[in-house]
Amino acid sequence: MTKAPKILTELFWLEHLHRIEAYLDRGGYQALKKALTEMKPEQVQEEVKKANLRGRGGAGFPAGVKWGFIPKGTDKPKYLCVNADEGEPGTFKDRYILNHNPHLLIEGIVLAAYAVGIHSAYVYIRGEYEMIARRLEQAVAEAYAKGYLGRNILGAGFDLDLVVHRGAGAYICGEETALLESLEGKRGNPRLKPPFPALVGLFQCPTVINNVETLSNVPFIVQKGAAWFLEQGLPKDGGTRLFGVSGAVAKPGLYELPAGTSLREIITTHAGGMKDGKKLKAVIPGGMSSPILRADEIDVRMDVDSIAAAGSMLGSGAIIVIDEGTPILHVLRKIAKFYAHESCGQCTPCRLGTSWIHKIVERMAAGGGTRGDVDTLIRLAGNIKGRTLCPLGDAAAMPVTAIAQKFRTELEATLERSPVWP
Amino acid sequence: MSPVLSAALAKKIDDLAARYPAKQAALLPVLHLVQNEKGFLSAEDEQAVAERLGILPVKVREVVTFYTMFRRSPVGTYHIQVCTNLSCSLAGGDGLVEHLEARLGISLGGTTADGKFTLTGVECLGACEQAPCLMINFDYYGNLDAAGLDRILEGLA
Repeated sequence: MTKAPKILTELFWLEHLHRIEAYLDRGGYQALKKALTEMKPEQVQEEVKKANLRGRGGAGFPAGVKWGFIPKGTDKPKYLCVNADEGEPGTFKDRYILNHNPHLLIEGIVLAAYAVGIHSAYVYIRGEYEMIARRLEQAVAEAYAKGYLGRNILGAGFDLDLVVHRGAGAYICGEETALLESLEGKRGNPRLKPPFPALVGLFQCPTVINNVETLSNVPFIVQKGAAWFLEQGLPKDGGTRLFGVSGAVAKPGLYELPAGTSLREIITTHAGGMKDGKKLKAVIPGGMSSPILRADEIDVRMDVDSIAAAGSMLGSGAIIVIDEGTPILHVLRKIAKFYAHESCGQCTPCRLGTSWIHKIVERMAAGGGTRGDVDTLIRLAGNIKGRTLCPLGDAAAMPVTAIAQKFRTELEATLERSPVWP
Repeated sequence: MSPVLSAALAKKIDDLAARYPAKQAALLPVLHLVQNEKGFLSAEDEQAVAERLGILPVKVREVVTFYTMFRRSPVGTYHIQVCTNLSCSLAGGDGLVEHLEARLGISLGGTTADGKFTLTGVECLGACEQAPCLMINFDYYGNLDAAGLDRILEGLA
């Protein structure tokens, strides 16, 4: 069993950790002090780059490299947007950070802003997290009062303003350019890229967009160094990951483990194995959009590159465990319904494709499946993938294709029972 | 006739707008504010918000109809939003919906005759480790079964 280092979650047991006094008692804002007094912005950026901190929102892009795309010497304002939209089904990790340790995130935000020379930051938090947004706003107010936000932070001459901004229920706003549109007060329709947000982002200005968990790692990298951070994970994927396990396991919950921990180990050891001795059927390893794995495919390491090599993706580290008693058609219905509902409607392949897939799957579930439905689903999904402005199209298509291909026999057995089967 | 937005509400809207380099950016927070105050967003509210932020009314309508949390009609005193996504469903979430429909005598999307409860099915709420879960107004409830849910509803009565 992998020894579980606690980094992000180390202090979660502390009852009043969300209050600044408790955070300061435990060494909070020391990394910020170190950076502002001992390090140049470039040094902070370089340390994060060396730490191979891969984005925790889903795409796995190295955060330090992303920061490096912001143009130097521009006279436009630069913005930092924190993606706390957390809408990928199965995902709840950022909620834990926001709820238990909001100051860790704020410290990470100030460090990132310092590293890139940003003076205005927004946390875009999903609308349903109303109570958590209030807690975060309280933490922001405390940080302003103690001089960790606002003018001349810690007397070091660095300024940063931070605004907590609530979304209003739209999965698409977790996509970075939709998030920017939403923050500007518009429908969450993703933008055509390029130009990328690093050049033309919020209010047409250079913008960094990072996930909550990603930024929450930055204080540790600054405090303990890139070499230490790499030791906690893998050479190309530093640090730990917050895995959120849900579904048919004995102990659903949040598990902080090194990047590269095996999926089997996470399920059988950390999450307590299958619930009520049920038999494992399949696992969705990285949130709903990640291609499903069969029970015989879970000997895979959970880091960005290993799981991609196994034909799926690490995504947001949200592991959904499915037992033998659950018909695969049921899983497919939930996936089809979700993406048909959440497609923003801007790109035709996604708008029509997701709703056609949903209708076909519902017909199959109602006993009206016909020969060729499974191939039609694969064809429809194939016509969405790669043909949309944003990754929601791929996210909608990939799980459908994977289920149709890996569970064709079971799906076709459903059709054979249907009244219209010839 | 009293104005659509009270002076106090208008002041709060202006304060929110001042937090952004462009007033329109405050639209989502402003709509949350108005909806929390009034229960839902009427066409008059949309018009008044548009005027206050200096944008076209259609820009407000676009946003109100795009985001699922914005409502154009009233809901009950207690708005119950049940997750109908996968992790909750694996833990019995669909059964919770059936239980609520039977107990309240309404279907998903309906409001009880006394205006007390509105029942809505929603996508993932981000509390999958506590599946099945739901929200009542802004509060989360997790690890639910029919009996536990009944106790919560009785507490609201």
